[in-house]
Amino acid sequence: MSIADARDGAADAPASDRTGARGAWSRDLAVGLVLPAALALGWELAVRAGLSDGRLVPPPSRIWLTLVDLWRTGDLLTHILATLARVGAGFALGAAAGTLLGAISGALPLFRRLSDPLLQGLRAVPSIAWVPLFILWFGIFEAPKVTLIAVGVFFPVYLGVMGAIQSVDRKLIEVGRMFRLNRAGMMGRILLPAILPSWAIALRSGLGLGFMFVVAAEFMGASEGLGYLLVDGQQLGKPDQIVAAIIVFAVLGKLWDAILVALTAPLMRWQDTARAEQ
Amino acid sequence: MLILDGLSKTYAGGTEALRAVSLSVRQGDIVAMVGGSGCGKTTLLRLVAGLDIPSAGTVTVDDRQITAPNEAIGLIFQEPRLLPWLTVADNIAFGLSHLPKDERRARVDFALHRVGLDGYNDRWPRQLSGGQAQRVAISRALAPEPKVLLLDEPFSALDAFTRAALHAHLLALWEARRPTLILVTHDVEEAVALADRVVVMQPHPGRIFTEIAIDSPRPRDPLSDEFVALKRQILRALDGSLATSRAQTRKPDETAAAAWW
Repeated sequence: MSIADARDGAADAPASDRTGARGAWSRDLAVGLVLPAALALGWELAVRAGLSDGRLVPPPSRIWLTLVDLWRTGDLLTHILATLARVGAGFALGAAAGTLLGAISGALPLFRRLSDPLLQGLRAVPSIAWVPLFILWFGIFEAPKVTLIAVGVFFPVYLGVMGAIQSVDRKLIEVGRMFRLNRAGMMGRILLPAILPSWAIALRSGLGLGFMFVVAAEFMGASEGLGYLLVDGQQLGKPDQIVAAIIVFAVLGKLWDAILVALTAPLMRWQDTARAEQ
Repeated sequence: MLILDGLSKTYAGGTEALRAVSLSVRQGDIVAMVGGSGCGKTTLLRLVAGLDIPSAGTVTVDDRQITAPNEAIGLIFQEPRLLPWLTVADNIAFGLSHLPKDERRARVDFALHRVGLDGYNDRWPRQLSGGQAQRVAISRALAPEPKVLLLDEPFSALDAFTRAALHAHLLALWEARRPTLILVTHDVEEAVALADRVVVMQPHPGRIFTEIAIDSPRPRDPLSDEFVALKRQILRALDGSLATSRAQTRKPDETAAAAWW
């Protein structure tokens, strides 16, 4: 997800309160669905016409049946909840740590000079590289998975918050100085409100990475979760189950991103963006 | 009583922005500081506000020395600098967090009424025009009732009509409590319209060139003979300030040129 996408989305939320905007929004949705629907329909017809046996790339109807089966038995819900619990815990930990350290690094140059090089160094480590170490440290159950997700979420949030605090307008900080704010007051009344929009964007990037890392975490060995469905589908040769899990990931990721946007939108209604006044 | 005593500022890069400025202003007076660019007007205000530390000299308000931002002193910047995430009412109440809620609300309503923005409490800064935003900024600076209010070319970005209206709003707010106003401006007409005293500054380094007192009652008719005469007098003083500083700076230039050849 690019920053520009996230900005657009953030500005979308307040505008979609209005009926005119909602009409435009559903039109956009319809346009966006044209291509995937055409592809799905084309593949379905191709398989039905016998142009392909659809064994390795199952047609939409078979994926749908798989989804329905998984749902009926209750397995799908179990897997979804297991994955969401991991993403939720990892996201909460990573976002909290990233926000805290990012805010301190942004506000205190000495702390930044001390800790930022180390954190940037750690950021350069491909996060999957931590997996063996985390398994040694935390065992094979939930702790290493949640830790891995938290590491993934931490860095975009840390970088976003630190950069945003450093770029808060000096002129607004002077207003705070004129009103004799102490460090805590400056943080709470000037810096944090000023960075809210960037913070929301950082959280969205973090959540996106959280969903990315939960798959890696579940590949480590899990008995439930959408990542488990993927591994299971590969080992038992069930491509329909793999594609079904991928689709569920897409839906969940988009859904939670939308929820995050909706939750943070009230914090940003003051923003003077191009879309705010539409 | 606001007293500046031998105020000087040399920046870290070696630029001497201000040399030995001394001025004493009675409580409730309106003083305009005029001068060309580079005469240290903004530096002077930042020192008085306590935002910068003077290299030498002191600022005192009623015998208390100012070394950091102080509740006795308010500052209005060149731009409104409203906090975009607060409503108009919350912006004005920004410096009033120590007061009970009713008192805060009363002061906000009073200030908004005085600047002609009744009912604007819940607007966002982005919904205001430039002139409205600057009126809110004036209200915010005056709401904590400072003894001294500093204004750094606060109307320079506005058109002439808005500027004249804002002069009236500023005077209306000033009437209520009569703080001392120090108004930095490059607009001679503005200085004559508002000030009891006009201090003409001289550049490189910034210092006081001369001072002109005005004792006619406000509001002043900008077309009256007296107004025009005062304007002419100040413009002449400004010319004089630039001429002498040029004469002084030319000498080292000539010696440098001689050394080159």
